[in-house]
Amino acid sequence: MDVILFLIFALIAVVCAINVVVQTHPISSALSLVGVMGSLAVLYLLLGAEFIAAAQVIVYAGAIMVLFVFVIMLLNAGAETKKGSSHVLVGGPLLLLFLGMVAFFVQRMYSPATTVHFGGFTGGGPREIGTALFTTYLLPFEVTSILILIAIVGAIVLARKEID
Amino acid sequence: MMTAVPISWFLTLSAILFALGVAGFLFRRNIITVFMSIELMLNAVNLSFVTFSYQHKEVAGHLFTFFVMVVAAAEAAVGLAIILTVFKNRSTLNIDDVNSMKN
Repeated sequence: MDVILFLIFALIAVVCAINVVVQTHPISSALSLVGVMGSLAVLYLLLGAEFIAAAQVIVYAGAIMVLFVFVIMLLNAGAETKKGSSHVLVGGPLLLLFLGMVAFFVQRMYSPATTVHFGGFTGGGPREIGTALFTTYLLPFEVTSILILIAIVGAIVLARKEID
Repeated sequence: MMTAVPISWFLTLSAILFALGVAGFLFRRNIITVFMSIELMLNAVNLSFVTFSYQHKEVAGHLFTFFVMVVAAAEAAVGLAIILTVFKNRSTLNIDDVNSMKN
């Protein structure tokens, strides 16, 4: 059951990710990216990360992608015309080499006996995340809030109209 | 009938998604698509974090994923504002046409 679930959503994620790269129109890429994020949320649930799965759907597929779609609509971005082909000859084989090496070492390091099954880890609920966030990781949490404040101010300064 | 998924499958899926993100970053010329490829790479890394968190039965990986999400949201807000400014000044979304720092 877990294997079937993993294979279905891994396939959806990979197909949508390929679609992100090959589509020429940005809005098609954005919708494919929502598909990747949705299927990754299901895989997070399989790994016992309930809070992260919910945050993935709300923050990524909700907030960030709405921002992307909004900017694409605002700029009226059309399909890409020029194709950058010079990098594919060098970059393509290098990427395949990277993938092959990663797959090889991952298979070597983790024997098939180390497996994931649903319910094998239950420490990913909101209670555990909240406890860790407000005790061990309190300083990074507060620094993050400053970072978001800076990002808000920066975005407004960059995108506002100049008033003379 | 196998009932459990090997942990290496999750890590390999993460590597595939990361490689596709790098491919989009390198091969695409539209600045918005390049930006979306960065988000794809961040998602791939998040999957690795959650998988390692499962393996060690430790909640720290989830928190790193949470921080990556927050930073990605901040990055998207600032980055899209920069894209708006670039489009306002140059009327183009092609990254090959934004090369004034090259010369």
